Amino acid sequence: MPLRAKVATSVSKTAAALSRAAGRGDGSVIGGWIGLKIDPELLNHLAGGRAIALISGTNGKTTTTRLATAALEVMGRVATNSFGANMPTGHTSALAKAGSTPFAVLEVDEHYLARVIDATEPRVVALLNLSRDQLDRAKEVSMMAQMWRDALANHPDVRVVANADDPMVVWAAGDSAHVTWFSAGQRWHDDSFVCPQSGHPIERANGDWWCVGCPLRRPQAQWRVEDEGVVDPRGDWHLVKLQLPGTVNLGNAATALAVAAEFGVRPIEALPRLSNVASVAGRYAQVDRDGRNVRLLLAKNPASWLEAFDMAEQAPTLLSVNARDPDGLDTSWLYDVDFSPLRDRPVLITGDRAYDLAVRLEVNAVPFRHVRTFDEAIQAVPSGRLEVIANYTAFQDIRAELDRVL
Amino acid sequence: MSSESTLRIVWIYPDLLSTYGDRGNMLILARRAAMRGIPVEAYEIRSDQPMPSSADIYLIGGGEDGPQALAAQRLIADGGLHRAVNQGAAVLAICAGYQLFGHSFFAKGTKCPGLGLLDLHSDRGETRAVGELRGDIDPRLGLPPLTGFENHGGRTHLGPGVSPLARVTAGIGNDSQTEGAWHGKILGSYSHGPALARNPAIADLLLRWAIGADSLSPVDDTWADRLRGERLAAAGA
Ligand SMILES: [Zn+2]
Repeated sequence: MPLRAKVATSVSKTAAALSRAAGRGDGSVIGGWIGLKIDPELLNHLAGGRAIALISGTNGKTTTTRLATAALEVMGRVATNSFGANMPTGHTSALAKAGSTPFAVLEVDEHYLARVIDATEPRVVALLNLSRDQLDRAKEVSMMAQMWRDALANHPDVRVVANADDPMVVWAAGDSAHVTWFSAGQRWHDDSFVCPQSGHPIERANGDWWCVGCPLRRPQAQWRVEDEGVVDPRGDWHLVKLQLPGTVNLGNAATALAVAAEFGVRPIEALPRLSNVASVAGRYAQVDRDGRNVRLLLAKNPASWLEAFDMAEQAPTLLSVNARDPDGLDTSWLYDVDFSPLRDRPVLITGDRAYDLAVRLEVNAVPFRHVRTFDEAIQAVPSGRLEVIANYTAFQDIRAELDRVL
Repeated sequence: MSSESTLRIVWIYPDLLSTYGDRGNMLILARRAAMRGIPVEAYEIRSDQPMPSSADIYLIGGGEDGPQALAAQRLIADGGLHRAVNQGAAVLAICAGYQLFGHSFFAKGTKCPGLGLLDLHSDRGETRAVGELRGDIDPRLGLPPLTGFENHGGRTHLGPGVSPLARVTAGIGNDSQTEGAWHGKILGSYSHGPALARNPAIADLLLRWAIGADSLSPVDDTWADRLRGERLAAAGA
């Protein structure tokens, strides 16, 4: 590593430590930011000598990164950005902090994928899905798919692990020389009615999809979810026991196994490690309080709300919605989500934008009760499970409230 | 379509123009009709299907430049929407859908012909209008203030054949002065996505136009009123 990079790495670590000491987060962003100021090539230097997997997509990337890291630890030490700091500053900090490791698994914000591929020259890139997220500032979904496609075209040696069920992902990955397809299902179709290649409608039936006007269609998947397990490319079925809920996470596990396989890890070696993962950056965490077992589910865009409804048990459910900067200021997406799966359970609502939620639930004929605080919600439900589904800053608010009391 | 007494709502081209929860307007109209005991049928007409001309209310939503230009081309070629408007159908046109009701609009840097059903034309503004929008609706419509969230790069210039829907008190709308347009039974607005969620009185106006009633029985709007109060206050001004 050149001297400049060494200095930058050391300063980056120090800055991260200072930031942590000052109580300003985990320091994973500020450290990387200072390091990159001293040496703009720092990420390239830190990536050198490691076998790297990048995980990107609109949803599931934090969880899949966590699971793929666990799987890859079969082979040796793995650097990862486990706090969800998924831009180059976060990657820089994570690699600097980890010191030298043979492997790294990095979650990458979908907007930055091209840059991070250039800087880290990964062995594997996993493409999970693309859907609308933060409407008042995100780029159009098809533009994002185009950016991914261009990025992969510049790196023909990269091995791609991609979701066969998402037409946008298939189009983005389709020209790559080495693609392994996984099928984890796609609950959200609203952003891929129109073929990204030809503009014709996309038809769907029985889990298959195809463009009516061009050859783009669902490829055969080598990895797929079946019952409570995953089928590998040889056709062997493996039971997957996860602490994380829902078929969505079964899909994330299939993806993690496919990524790990690119490094030579066999499912049978990886599976025990996947079942040790209990929560991911606070998500799915269960907290006992006043006889209630509170489980936290993060839902940050329409597709992930549908997934959260799938994960949540048939139990009293608190919904919390904010519209602060990190959430996007616009709540229109509420009408892209069908809330009717919540009809036959007690529903509570809270958050900065509870009134938007109230009007939305009325339209879906879901009865609800408005509470002003998390504490009020706890008192309003009987002992037992309370599912909490919240968008980004609402989730952070509730975590902070739980931490204060514990 | 079905019997005479059923209210028919058409959502125009959801495959092209549905970026921001636009489905909400259809759901809200259907619900408010049902609460008054009015039977409703709602149809989602895709851009590869012929546009029926016999429905009572037409909804068209927001979208990106490419789909907007494509939707305008197909609606002009189809002619069904023009026939419906000439027969007195009510329309709510939002954002990109609002722009394409005019004589012309800009998409991907080129001027595109619109439907010419509203006397207005649109071009690009120097800045994007993003944020809370609020305005006093034309008093002849007898409605409470408009509240919405806007997110558009366009500016719209009204001709003498339309009236502004509202005078802007916060946000940009057409040009910082006026917001939206109305003519006959057509309403256009930059209040994007599920505009009717915050403006149930506009939903009821469309229903009254469609069934030819001067008034509708009241419904419980406690939560909608709270939402309106909060958003009108948040817009300031
Ligand atoms: Zn096609």
